[in-house]
Order: sequence, then C-alpha cells, then structure tokens
Amino acid sequence: MNLTLKIWRQKNANAKGQMVDYKVTDISEHMSFLEMMDVLNEQLVNSGDDPVAFDHDCREGICGMCAMYINGQAHGPDRGVTTCQLHMRRFKDGETITIEPFRAVAFPVIKDLVVDRMSFERIQQAGGYISVNTSGNTQDANSIPISKHAADKAMDAATCIGCGACVAACKNSSAMLFVGAKVSQYALLPQGQIEAADRVLNMVAQMDLEGFGNCSNTGACEIECPKSISLDTIARMNRELMKASLK
Amino acid sequence: MGGFFKSSIGRKVAMALSAFFLMIFLLQHFAINILSVFNPDVFNEVSHFMGTSSIIQFVIQPILIFGVVFHFVMGFILEFKNLSSRKVKYIKNQSAANSSWMSRNMIWSGVAILAFIILHFIDFWFPEINTKFIKGDWSGLHEGVDGYRYFHELQENFLNPVRVGAYVVAFVFLALHLLHGFTSAFQSMGVTAGRKKTLQNIGIAYSIILPLGFIFIALYHHFNHH
Ligand code: HEM
Ligand code: SF4
Ligand code: FES
Repeated sequence: MNLTLKIWRQKNANAKGQMVDYKVTDISEHMSFLEMMDVLNEQLVNSGDDPVAFDHDCREGICGMCAMYINGQAHGPDRGVTTCQLHMRRFKDGETITIEPFRAVAFPVIKDLVVDRMSFERIQQAGGYISVNTSGNTQDANSIPISKHAADKAMDAATCIGCGACVAACKNSSAMLFVGAKVSQYALLPQGQIEAADRVLNMVAQMDLEGFGNCSNTGACEIECPKSISLDTIARMNRELMKASLK
Repeated sequence: MGGFFKSSIGRKVAMALSAFFLMIFLLQHFAINILSVFNPDVFNEVSHFMGTSSIIQFVIQPILIFGVVFHFVMGFILEFKNLSSRKVKYIKNQSAANSSWMSRNMIWSGVAILAFIILHFIDFWFPEINTKFIKGDWSGLHEGVDGYRYFHELQENFLNPVRVGAYVVAFVFLALHLLHGFTSAFQSMGVTAGRKKTLQNIGIAYSIILPLGFIFIALYHHFNHH
C-alpha cells in the first residue's frame, strides 16, 4: 500500500507544532499501525531527519502507551483495540491518514505524538490502592468469599490499561471512565471497603485538580475504550461519591 | 457536603436534580395547558387558582424560577469548564462515530430553550406580573370578556404565526435536549439508565410525546380561534 500521512510535529512542549505531510510506500496490509510508523521513521532517519516521536511499549494491547488520534478517532477506526493492535488492512491503498496526539489540557504534548499522562498516575496515587499488612501475617485474598458476579465486574473494571483514549475521545476531555474504572475495581471487592470513602473523594478531587472536564454522558469514552470499560463504572463512582459525601 | 457541590461529580448531580425538577414541572404545565383544548372553562378556573394562590405565587413560583436559573447557569459553568479542558482542538475529529448529536449539543438545545423561555415570559409572565403586582388587579377578569381572561389571552397570543412557529421550533429543541437529557440525568444520579431498557423507553416517550403535545396545543389554538 502507498499512503500519505499527515502527522502532528512539535519539537518540544513549548514549541508551536504543525501538521507535516509524509509519503510511505510498499506498506504491507499485515503490518500493525506502529510497524507502519516504524517504516516511516526508518525512512526519516535514513534521510537525516528527526523521526516522529510516539509512545509504545508492549505492542500487544496491554500497556496502554500507544496513544494516537488517527483519522479523528482515538486509536483509529477499530473498536476495542489500541493503536498497536490496529492493522493496515483497515486502510485503503492511496489513503491519506491524519495522525494527531491525544488532546487535553491534562495531557500536555511532550514531543510530536507523545503526551504526558502523569495526571493519571497522580489520580492513582491519590487513592487507587488498598493498604495491606505485609509483615508476614498477610491473609490470603482467596480466603475471603466474593460473589462471582462482583468478582467478574471488578475484573472487567480492572482491565483498564490507563491509555487515556477515553479522555482523548471525550468532547470535554473528561477522565471519568478511567477514574470510574479505578474506583469500581476496589468498590466491588471486600478489600476495597475500608478505604472506600477516602478513595473516591481523593481520586475525584485529584481528577478535578488536573484539569479534566466534566462528564456529559455522551458515551464516546465507552465506545473508544480499547477494553470496552462500561459507563456503569461512572454511575458507580457517582454513587460512591454521593455515599462518601453524606458520611 | 459543601465540597461535594464544588466537585465535578457534585455539579453533575446538582444539574441532574434541577433537571428532574424541571421535567416534573413540565408535566404539570402540560396537564394544565391541555385543558385549554378540551375545556376552556376548567382551564380558566385552574389558571385563576394557579395565578392567585399565595402558596403557588410566593413559594412554588420562586422555587421554580430558581430551578430554571440554576439549571442554565450551571449548564454554562459546566460548558465553560469543558471547553477549557481542551485548548488545542483536533484537526480531524469524528465525534459522530461515537456519540449522538443531542449529547454533544446540550448547550445549543439549551440556549434555544432559554431563548424560548425569554419569549414565553414576555408573552405570558410579564403581563401577568404587570396586571397583578403593578396594577394590583387580582380579579382575573378583563373588559369585554365573559368569565376569566386567561383563555382569551392565550388565544390572542397564538394568533401570530411567527410566534407559533417559534414555539414549534423551541419544542423541537426541547425534544432534542430531553432525548439525551432524560437518561443522562439518571446516569448522573448513579442509575445506569443506559442499560435499563424500560427507563430508556420511558425517556424516549417523555421526550417526544410531551414536546409534541405542547406543539399540538399551540397549533390547535392558532387554527381554532373563535
Ligand atoms: C433554560 C435553558 C436551558 C439550558 C441553557 C440548559 C442547558 C443544559 C446543559 C448544558 C446540559 C448538559 C450538562 C452537561 O453536559 O453536563 C443540560 C442537561 C439537562 N437538561 Fe437542560 N438546559 C435548559 C433547560 C432545560 C429544561 C427546560 C429541561 C427539562 C424540562 C432540561 C432538562 C435537562 C436534562 C434532563 C439534562 C440532563 C442532566 C444530566 O445530564 O445530568 N433542560 N441542560
Ligand atoms: S477506561 Fe478505557 S480508554 Fe480510559 S484509560 Fe482505561 S482502558 Fe483506556
Ligand atoms: S504499545 Fe502497549 S498497548 Fe499499544
């Protein structure tokens, strides 16, 4: 396949960026999107140009690093996948593909397509954990009975990889699906109960502090989420926050 | 609790609560208006009661006005916050691929409703206030009109086709606002409305039947003037 790529180039956080056109040729339709980007970068390096900076790590849909806004959608046109799981057969020969970084005040661009998602880490640090006694008399988690239903839902919520596609897709740059997932995975389990009130209060406070927008319940996040995290997690977080605030 | 309503989620809950209040009010308003189609005399009686009852005038009415003002002011606050959460816009964005037009344009359907409310106040509310509070006339009577004046005034207002057209357009926007808003308000309150088919269907029925009913009343009086 031969493609035209329109890519956001920005030298550093403070530089003014712009879209730059590139041509790539002989792209195999079996390549992943990131492999296609590798081809482009090899081309750029060989001609002495600066390669396009983009985040990636696992390349199998589990780390959440590969943030790209492709043709107007987070992680491109497919549902339930990250950019590294997107294949070139999804595109047509001769197509022009627009590639932009995830956009949000809370995700500032570091370089080209790389954005700083430390805001997510700070939200996690604010309450996305449980405190366990590890002094040698730790109780085996399996000794606590948990209903299958709750365990399944907690597991579903825990599949969130913190990629930020929900924020990128949301018209308000809201992080509620991410925070909803993180709150839910603990709220559903007995181990999460002790710190439940502080957790939701602190995580939501940190989320607001980071400059994420509000939720308008458009549902864009759920559709763009590579792990199909449900909007129900946001409703659960809202319930948890109401409960915690009434205490 | 004070902190709650400063948080993003607390504001959404406040937004949803004010919206529930408005949706219940709208039902009540419709129930009275539809009487004007079936029985002008009963409509006059009820209007006179609503217009002169001190509980309604001095307790319910201020609460209602507060509810409306709260809802749209909070709507603007949320919209402002949301817009400022993304300073650099996407060059290519396919939002239609993952969300409905209604859900993305609550502020615009809301602004259309606000414009209507202003028109509606000029048509009905300001004249009422003028008659009752400035002129001090609480009789509900009008020169040359048999019985109470309310039905007569309503018919006068719906003579003008431009005004009727504006009413029709406004109620289309109300329908669009509610088609997203109804389930959204439940979701904000922590009820997973999107998943519950019954709630969703009630939402669609409410959002379409109620505005259609208001449109019917306006058209009915426009074409059946006597
Ligand atoms: C006066 C003009 C109005 C304006 C400017 C306005 C504006 C808004 C905005 C911007 C939202 C979305 C908030 C968000 O994204 O979080 C909203 C939500 C909503 N509005 Fe309005 N609105 C108005 C009137 C009304 C009326 C008259 C009703 C009902 C009778 C109504 C019912 C709703 C509902 C049910 C929601 C959803 C609440 C939620 O998502 O929690 N609105 N409105
Ligand atoms: S909720 Fe989904 S889209 Fe959002 S960060 Fe988690 S995995 Fe990514
Ligand atoms: S590179 Fe790890 S999810 Fe894509």
